[in-house]
Amino acid sequence: MKMGDSQAQQTVKTILDRFQNDRGLLVSILQDVQAEYNYLPREALEEVGQGLDIPLSQVFGVATFFKAFSLKPRGRHLINVCLGTACHVRGAVRVLEEIERELGIKPGETTGDLKYTLETVNCVGACALGPIVVVDGEYSGEMRTNKVRPVLESYD
Amino acid sequence: MSRLSSPQELEALRKQIIGQRDPKRPCVTICGGTGCHANGSEKLVTAFGDEIECQGLGGKVDIRVTGCHGFCERGPLVVIKPGGIFYQRVKAEDIPGIVSETIIKGNIIDELLYTDAITGEKVKYEHEVSFYRKQQRLVFGNNGVIDPNNIDDYLAVGGYAALSKALFKMSPEEVIEEIKKAGLRGRGGGGFPTGLKWESCRRAQGDTRYVICNCDEGDPGAFMDRSLMEGNPHSVLEGLVIGAYAIGSHEGYIYIRNEYPLAVKNAEIAIKQAEDCGLLGKDILGSGFDFMVRINRGGGAFICGESTALMASLEGRVGEPRAKYVHTVEKGLWDQPTDLNNVETWANVPLIVSRGAEWYAGIGTEGSKGTKIFSLVGKINNTGLVEVPMGITLRDIIYDIGGGIPEGKKFKAVQTGGPSGGCIPESLLDLPVDFDELSQVGSMMGSGGMIVMDEGTCMVDIARYFINFLEGESCGKCVPCREGLKQMSQILTGITEGRGKEGDIELLERLSETLVDGSLCALGSTAPNPVLTTIHYFRDEYDAHIRDRKCPAGVCKALISYSIDEEKCPGCGLCIGACPVGAITFMGKGEPVVLDQEKCIKCGSCYDVCRLDAIKGE
Ligand SMILES: Cc1cc2nc3c(=O)[nH]c(=O)nc-3n(C[C@H](O)[C@H](O)[C@H](O)COP(=O)(O)O)c2cc1C
Ligand code: FES
Repeated sequence: MKMGDSQAQQTVKTILDRFQNDRGLLVSILQDVQAEYNYLPREALEEVGQGLDIPLSQVFGVATFFKAFSLKPRGRHLINVCLGTACHVRGAVRVLEEIERELGIKPGETTGDLKYTLETVNCVGACALGPIVVVDGEYSGEMRTNKVRPVLESYD
Repeated sequence: MSRLSSPQELEALRKQIIGQRDPKRPCVTICGGTGCHANGSEKLVTAFGDEIECQGLGGKVDIRVTGCHGFCERGPLVVIKPGGIFYQRVKAEDIPGIVSETIIKGNIIDELLYTDAITGEKVKYEHEVSFYRKQQRLVFGNNGVIDPNNIDDYLAVGGYAALSKALFKMSPEEVIEEIKKAGLRGRGGGGFPTGLKWESCRRAQGDTRYVICNCDEGDPGAFMDRSLMEGNPHSVLEGLVIGAYAIGSHEGYIYIRNEYPLAVKNAEIAIKQAEDCGLLGKDILGSGFDFMVRINRGGGAFICGESTALMASLEGRVGEPRAKYVHTVEKGLWDQPTDLNNVETWANVPLIVSRGAEWYAGIGTEGSKGTKIFSLVGKINNTGLVEVPMGITLRDIIYDIGGGIPEGKKFKAVQTGGPSGGCIPESLLDLPVDFDELSQVGSMMGSGGMIVMDEGTCMVDIARYFINFLEGESCGKCVPCREGLKQMSQILTGITEGRGKEGDIELLERLSETLVDGSLCALGSTAPNPVLTTIHYFRDEYDAHIRDRKCPAGVCKALISYSIDEEKCPGCGLCIGACPVGAITFMGKGEPVVLDQEKCIKCGSCYDVCRLDAIKGE
C-alpha cells in the first residue's frame, strides 16, 4: 500500500496535534498511527520523526522495540493467542498449534489473502477464562483445539 | 459539576449524594471487568435495561456496571441489591425471570446460584461464597460496589476524604511519617518501603519532581493492577495525589500496559471527572496545591515495568534499563527526582491516611503490613483475585479460598512472583505468605501472580517456559542476560525434547550464577529463580527427562505418545472429529477407537476433547 505523501502528512499531523507534539508520548503516538493504518508505514514514521524533531532512527528504534508495533501490513483480523502462564498451564500451546495448522502461518505472519495476522501475547488479564484467544479485541475463552475452527469462521 | 473549592464543599457534596440515594431501592449490579466482559456482560446491561422498562419498573430500579469483583471464574456476575442475591454465569435468557421473580417478588432462582466448590452447597448471597469469606478486601472491596465511570459512587463510599485530610490537616512530612509508620512496602515486586522512597525523593535536589504510577503489569498470569485501575481508578488517583503532595510533585504519569484498553479508558474518564470536580489540576480543593496527571500507554514490552526502562519509555526512547548507581528518586524521568510506585501501592495510601498508620500496621506480619491482592490462576477451582492479610498460608489461599485443584487431580506446585519468582512445592504449603518468607524459599512476592500447578504440569517445561519468555523479553543491552538466557533456553529445550545430557543441570546452575551476578537489571538477575527452584524441589523430574527420556507429567511432546485406554473408551467418536490429521478410526458403536501412531502428530486435540479420560499421554 503506497499512499500519497500529503495524506500521510495530514493523518500524522492530526495525531501529533492531539498529543501536542510531545515526544515523551511517542509510544502512544505510534499506537494511534498504527490504529489508523493497521501497521506503521515508513512514510508515516518519517512524518512522526519530523513532527517531533527526533531522528528517524529513534522512531524506528522504538517502533521495532515494542511488540505492539508492526512495520508490515497486517491482515484484516488480528488474532492474538495468549501464552501467559495461566493460559500456558491450561494448554494454550495446543490451541496455538491448531491455529497455525488451520491458517498455515506462524506467529508474526499474515495469511496470503491478508485476512488474518497471527500474534501471541503474554497475558491479557482474563486468566480465569484461559486459554484465551483474542480476535480484533474480542475474547474467546476456554479455548480447545476443536473450538478453533468455529471461532475463526465467525470472522469474514 | 462545579469545582469544589474547600473541604467543606466536598463534604457537602458527599452528603448530598448519599442523601439522594435510597439504600432500599433495588439495584442490579453487573460486573463489567475484563473477565465478565469477555463472557458477555455488556449484553446483559442493555438487556436488563430493556426488561426493566418492559416489566413496568422503569425509573424504579438502578443498574450499576461495576469493576471486577474478582471471582472471574463464574462470570458474568450479577448481584441484586439491597439483599445481595448472587447470580453467576448469567445469560440474556435469564433476565426476564430475574426481573419478574427476584426483583419484583423477591424470590431466588435456584439455577443461577453458585454451588460452592468447597461446601458443595448452593449459595444465595455474595458474602456467603467461601471464595470471599476468608478474604480481607480493604483495597479491592469497593470494586464490586462502585461504577468506575461515576465519581459520585466513589464519593459516596468516602472517596477523596483522605486527600482532603492530607491537604488540610497534615504537612507533607506528616504524610510521609504516617506511611513510614504504617510499614507499607511496594506492591510492584521488590517490597521497598514506600515511605522511605517518598522521603528520599522529597529530599533530592531538582527543579521538578515527578510521581509515576506503574500499571505495566507485565507478569503473565497477574491481573490485579488491571482490575484496580479498571474498577476503582479514583482510589489509585487519590493515592497518587496524596503522594505527590507529600513529595512536592506537581506532575505525574500513569503508565498503562498496551493490553489493557479498558483500564486506559476508565483511567481517562476518572482523570477528567476528578479535574472537573477540582480534585485534580490547579488549586486542588482550594488548598493551593497543583497536580496534573497524564496517561502513557506501553507498547507490549515486559521490561518497561522496570523503573529505569519505564522512564526511558516515558521520554519517548527505547525501553532499556540503565545501571542504578544513581537511584531514580535522585535522577529519574528527564533526570529529575522521580518516585515510581505500583498501582496497588498507590491504592493503599488513602486507606492509611484515613484510618491511620496504627490501624494499618495491625494487619499482617512483622515485616509485611496490610493486605496483598493475588491473582489465583491455573489449575485451581476458584480462579480470580483474592485479597488477604499478609501472613496467611499458601494452603489457606489455595484450598480454603481457591477451593483446591479441579477434577480431583493432585497439587504439585504454586508459582509466585512471575518470571522472577519460583515454584513452591507441596511440602511448603504452610508457609506464611509475606515478602521475606517467600524470598527465603527461593521465590518472591513479585506483583502477586499465583499460578497453581497440578500433576499434569511438567516442571521442566515450566522452567523452559519462563526462560523462553525472558529470553524474548530481554532488551539485549547486557551480555549475561542476553546470551545467558539464550544458552539456558537451549539447554532446557534440549531436555524437554529428549536431548538432555548428564551435566546439563550443573551447567544451568553455573549460568544462573553468572546471570545473578552480572546482569544489569533485575530481569536478568532474578531470571534463574524458576530454574533454580524447579531443580531444587523437582530434581527427579529433570532426571526422568534426562536419564529415562520420560516426561512424567505427559507434557513434553517429544517424550510422550498418546494411546487409547480400551477399558474406558466407549467409542463415542468425539476424538475422531477433533483429530486434525485423521489418525483415529471408528470401530463401531461400543468399540474403542483405534489410534494410528504413525499418523499422530501429538497435538493433544483428542486428549482435550475426551470427557472420559480415555486418552492417555505418557
Ligand atoms: C523486569 C521487571 C519488570 C517489572 N515489572 C513491573 C510491573 O509490571 N509493575 C510494577 O509495578 N513493577 C514492576 N517492576 C518493579 C519496578 O521496577 C518497581 O520496583 C516498582 O514499580 C516500584 O513500585 P513499588 O515500590 O510500589 O513496588 C518490574 C521490575 C523488573 C526488574
Ligand atoms: S495468562 Fe492468558 S489471560 Fe492471563
